[in-house]
Amino acid sequence: MDALTIEKAVAAPVDEPLRASVIDLSFHYGEKQALFDVNFPIHDRKVTALIGPSGCGKSTLLRAFNRMHDLYPGNRYQGEVILYPEQINIVSPAVDPMLVRLKIGMVFQKPNPFPKSIYENVAAGLWVRGIRKKSLVDDRVEFALTQAALWDEVKDRMRSSAYGLSGGQQQRLCIARALAPAPEMLLLDEPTSALDPIATARIEELIMELAPTVKIMIVTHNMQQAARISNYTAFMHLGRMVEFDVTTNIFTSPKERKTQDYITGRFG
Amino acid sequence: MATIDLASAPTQGAAGGQLVASAAFLRRRAITGAVVRVFLFLAAALSVFITAAIVYILVYDSILFFQKVSIVDFLTDTEWTPVFEKPRFGIITLVSGTLMTTLIGLVVAMPAGTILSIYLSEFAGHRTREIIKPILELLAGVPTVAFGYFALFFLTPLFQIFIPNLSGFNLLVPGIVIGIMILPYIVSVAEDAMRAVPDPLREGAFALGFTRFQTAIRVVIPGAFSGVTAAYLLGMSRAVGETMVVAIAAGQQATLAYNPLEGAATITAYIVQISLGDLPHNSLAYLTIFAAGLTLFLMTLVFNLIAFWLRKKYREVY
Ligand SMILES: Nc1ncnc2c1ncn2[C@@H]1O[C@H](COP(=O)(O)OP(=O)(O)O)[C@@H](O)[C@H]1O
Ligand SMILES: [Mg+2]
Repeated sequence: MDALTIEKAVAAPVDEPLRASVIDLSFHYGEKQALFDVNFPIHDRKVTALIGPSGCGKSTLLRAFNRMHDLYPGNRYQGEVILYPEQINIVSPAVDPMLVRLKIGMVFQKPNPFPKSIYENVAAGLWVRGIRKKSLVDDRVEFALTQAALWDEVKDRMRSSAYGLSGGQQQRLCIARALAPAPEMLLLDEPTSALDPIATARIEELIMELAPTVKIMIVTHNMQQAARISNYTAFMHLGRMVEFDVTTNIFTSPKERKTQDYITGRFG
Repeated sequence: MATIDLASAPTQGAAGGQLVASAAFLRRRAITGAVVRVFLFLAAALSVFITAAIVYILVYDSILFFQKVSIVDFLTDTEWTPVFEKPRFGIITLVSGTLMTTLIGLVVAMPAGTILSIYLSEFAGHRTREIIKPILELLAGVPTVAFGYFALFFLTPLFQIFIPNLSGFNLLVPGIVIGIMILPYIVSVAEDAMRAVPDPLREGAFALGFTRFQTAIRVVIPGAFSGVTAAYLLGMSRAVGETMVVAIAAGQQATLAYNPLEGAATITAYIVQISLGDLPHNSLAYLTIFAAGLTLFLMTLVFNLIAFWLRKKYREVY
């Protein structure tokens, strides 16, 4: 799919500004190329879902946004991920990955709370941004936990270990941890894949509630979830962006044959 | 579990084409399994037996000792002169020497070991690690006698330039050398523990904007707490039990050790000293070996129990 069709696809509901554009993004894990000339836009305060069969590059693409790949030697980005309105290319080597990450929150596939108390987990992102004033930190922690729909369950045990929480609670704690510093961008990599259906439903609800407050939100997901919770959907296959469109279009009238095959369960 | 001997395993039946386990085959497997189990049990039992035998000898001879010397004197006297006409048995002298060298060793090795472990686990590339780790292992392989003479003939004169009132025999230099000696053990265990902290935990910290160093201090070390404690403890046990360095470089004067610039004897240094002499067996002075040995054993045991308790309290579950 070329840039032209993307513009067409996006042309329809465009009364909302763009927050980011991915332009000809390619990525290598050492010798192995995992992304091939990916292009797609990201809209303001809308949920963008990345779908596609396992191994197609969803996580790889998502992790390019906060430069997670910089942690391991031999990884290479080509192309651009432009943030608006600043117009900076966040995958450029000239841009400090630490500054990029300070704008972005991330939630991982498996809950990964730190081996610390519940309070310390949520406060960690504030601490690292130099926010140390007790009353301010307390407020932000409570606010983030409330946003993540966890406050009532943990408010009496803030000083106990995060490992005492259930899997679903741990994942909501990780969401609160990501939300506490009020990030501009939130990345969620299959945030419910390790959870039971009830915990999954709570987190899906939460994602939809958060959409209006976070400028950029990208989620990788299985198909059904993407259909439920996203405004835009990007379908990927073998490291390429096959189709990007409003979620309802992707699921009801996909333009590409491959998308249709995937949606109807013919592969994946 | 016994491994299946392929040569004697039943081959595919010509007719059915299925694997059929014959009774003889199953019996052979059962016998191999039983033999392996007995062998492993004996190996485990032997180590328990040896430990028990050591404790038995220590306790038995110590009882003989304490029939002649009161425990109160043993614990409160401040002189240790077992071979004098009027012998005194204040173990505090030797214990203080041991604690002093151990403490100095730990003051050197704990920060250095922690920093080195963080560097190796969180910062160093694969290449650097492959160079530094063997060098450290080499350090662990140097005979302790060599460290002893290094302390006595090289480091002490060197230190005397800067600290004029440092005695030729002192506790400071052997303590530092013990710190260098236990460093490889601490690093080996602590670095393993840090590297065992799962990457998703680090990624969680980086994603929040932590630097590598902040991640190491605030996430990796708490995550590796029990392993790092175990590393310190291993270092401490070795420092407490270290013999040659102190026997050579600390002098063997059993006095109350409060000044690290002066020499003193440690429990282990005393034990080699008295063992090398020609004391008649079952003389009171000879029995002090066991009383001192038991004290050392109990000290190590207490350290181990503290570490065990700490590990249980702060055990991390990922
Ligand atoms: N660290 C890595 N090193 C090398 N190849 C990797 C690494 N991580 C992922 N890959 C490869 O990149 C491709 C995309 O992986 P990923 O982004 O994890 O897919 P998805 O999230 O869609 O399941 C896969 O072929 C995978 O094998
Ligand atoms: Mg993935």
